[in-house]
Amino acid sequence: MTDSPPHVSVRDLTKLYGGSAALDGVSFDIRPGETFALLGPNGAGKSTAIEILEGYRDRSGGSVSVLGVDPRHGGLDWKARLGIVLQSTGESGNVSVQEQLSHFASFYPDPRDVDEVIAAVGLTEQARTRIRKLSGGQRRRVDVALGVIGRPELLFLDEPTTGFDPEARREFWELIRSLKREGTTILLTTHYLDEAAQLSDRAGIIASGRLIGIDAIDRIGGADARTPIVRWRDANGVHEERTTEPASVVARLYAATGGEPLDLEVVRPSLEEVYLALVGAAETGKEPA
Amino acid sequence: MNTIALGLGHARYETKVYFRQGDTVFFTFLFPVLMFTIFSVAFSSTGDFGAGPDGKGGVDAASYYLPGMMAAGLLLSGVQNLAVDIAVERGDGTLKRLGGTPLPVVSYFIGKLGQVVVTSLAQLALLLIVARFAFGVALPTEPVKWATFAWVYLLGIATSAVLGIALSRLPRSGKSATAVIIPIVLVLQFISGVYLSFSQLPAWLQNVASVFPLKWMAQGMRSVFLPDSFAAAEQGGSWNLAGIAIVLGFWLVAGLVASRLTFRWIRKDA
Repeated sequence: MTDSPPHVSVRDLTKLYGGSAALDGVSFDIRPGETFALLGPNGAGKSTAIEILEGYRDRSGGSVSVLGVDPRHGGLDWKARLGIVLQSTGESGNVSVQEQLSHFASFYPDPRDVDEVIAAVGLTEQARTRIRKLSGGQRRRVDVALGVIGRPELLFLDEPTTGFDPEARREFWELIRSLKREGTTILLTTHYLDEAAQLSDRAGIIASGRLIGIDAIDRIGGADARTPIVRWRDANGVHEERTTEPASVVARLYAATGGEPLDLEVVRPSLEEVYLALVGAAETGKEPA
Repeated sequence: MNTIALGLGHARYETKVYFRQGDTVFFTFLFPVLMFTIFSVAFSSTGDFGAGPDGKGGVDAASYYLPGMMAAGLLLSGVQNLAVDIAVERGDGTLKRLGGTPLPVVSYFIGKLGQVVVTSLAQLALLLIVARFAFGVALPTEPVKWATFAWVYLLGIATSAVLGIALSRLPRSGKSATAVIIPIVLVLQFISGVYLSFSQLPAWLQNVASVFPLKWMAQGMRSVFLPDSFAAAEQGGSWNLAGIAIVLGFWLVAGLVASRLTFRWIRKDA
């Protein structure tokens, strides 16, 4: 699998708006069947990057290949192999979920079964309801359904679960996992770091248009970023110590206090903490310049 | 061939959505029928229009207003309907979403044109039925009149539709679409002989109206539904069918070129 050419290949991608760079030399690959998360603060360039890959925007520099095609020249055959869930929910007021999906299914050479897709996004009961009468979260699920109806090889998900309640997000994750099992390659942007950790194999972090970290979810930021933290409380308040030898720190504490330290915990930084540290460092590192 | 099949499928979808849209059904589909009914009732006791000095040769209000309302129907179903519809679709993300699917642009337009043809034919049929059975308007019986009707309809609706597509670029947002398009369409109706008798307008205003296609659609419809004696009241004293074909043909080509040059699924980098 690793030997087959990547489904997405981005080299030195640059996008200028006026004089400023929204994307500045971004490079990454996504292998077939992989789920790749693109993370970063608002305005970091995630959506600009994904829209360039989808063919909606032109790039200023660098090279991009999506399913072996430059998105600038992507034709209808190329679009038939993609699934796109845009960041904003589309308006499609006066048709039912079922009508809308059947209509979109007709655009594709080998679409999925409409009723199965409706069931997969959990809208079976709303299948005959007009889309404009659905709640925001339900409409978002229609967007996702429209994105997968064409049986895409590569699926773009731009902040797909914004506005979902926790239960709907869990159901959505199950849907994505089932697409993954079928071999769909997925590019996901999200603000929810737990979502990225749950779904993706690898992640890239973008801040101010630059890729500041890219690796497997459990390795991103490097080993140092994952140094465990020992945290406890005494009369002076809460203390914490980052150490590669948490057991010996705890043993020392135990010896020093002569008993159980209060509120003792040993934690490894979550993806969220690693992410915040990386983004924070990138932003402060930029300021003196 | 697939492009055409997809286009016909899109036309079915578009037509279904059209009739579910309360405001378009009223302001585009039923509006000419409503105006026709109001004018026909309001002026029913005014006496005959266009009668000679001997009081003969005139027609009643319903007969007189029918051709103008038919022309207005063509303008509304084409220009107003499509310009607003496509501008709204651009504003609410529908076009962007379709642009990400393998639906060909040509199929999208076949869909829009199919919707325009189906809804405008239904609209004209409704107008004719109301005119004939509610107001007793005598419809032409000569085949040559209906042949004229057929080509004026086809040329008129095609021109209206492509101009609607071209004008859809004008509103800056979906929300402003009706506010930008409806005044244009309304002014044209007033100066082109739909609500006001064209022959009573000052010559300079007639000349201004003659630049635009609606005046010629209305003239073509008058040539079908009014007695030939009314031709004398036209500019130049005749129906000037050749002129109608030339002006509408010019606008059709201009609209096609403008649509082809300006239509994009999305405004790139906007």
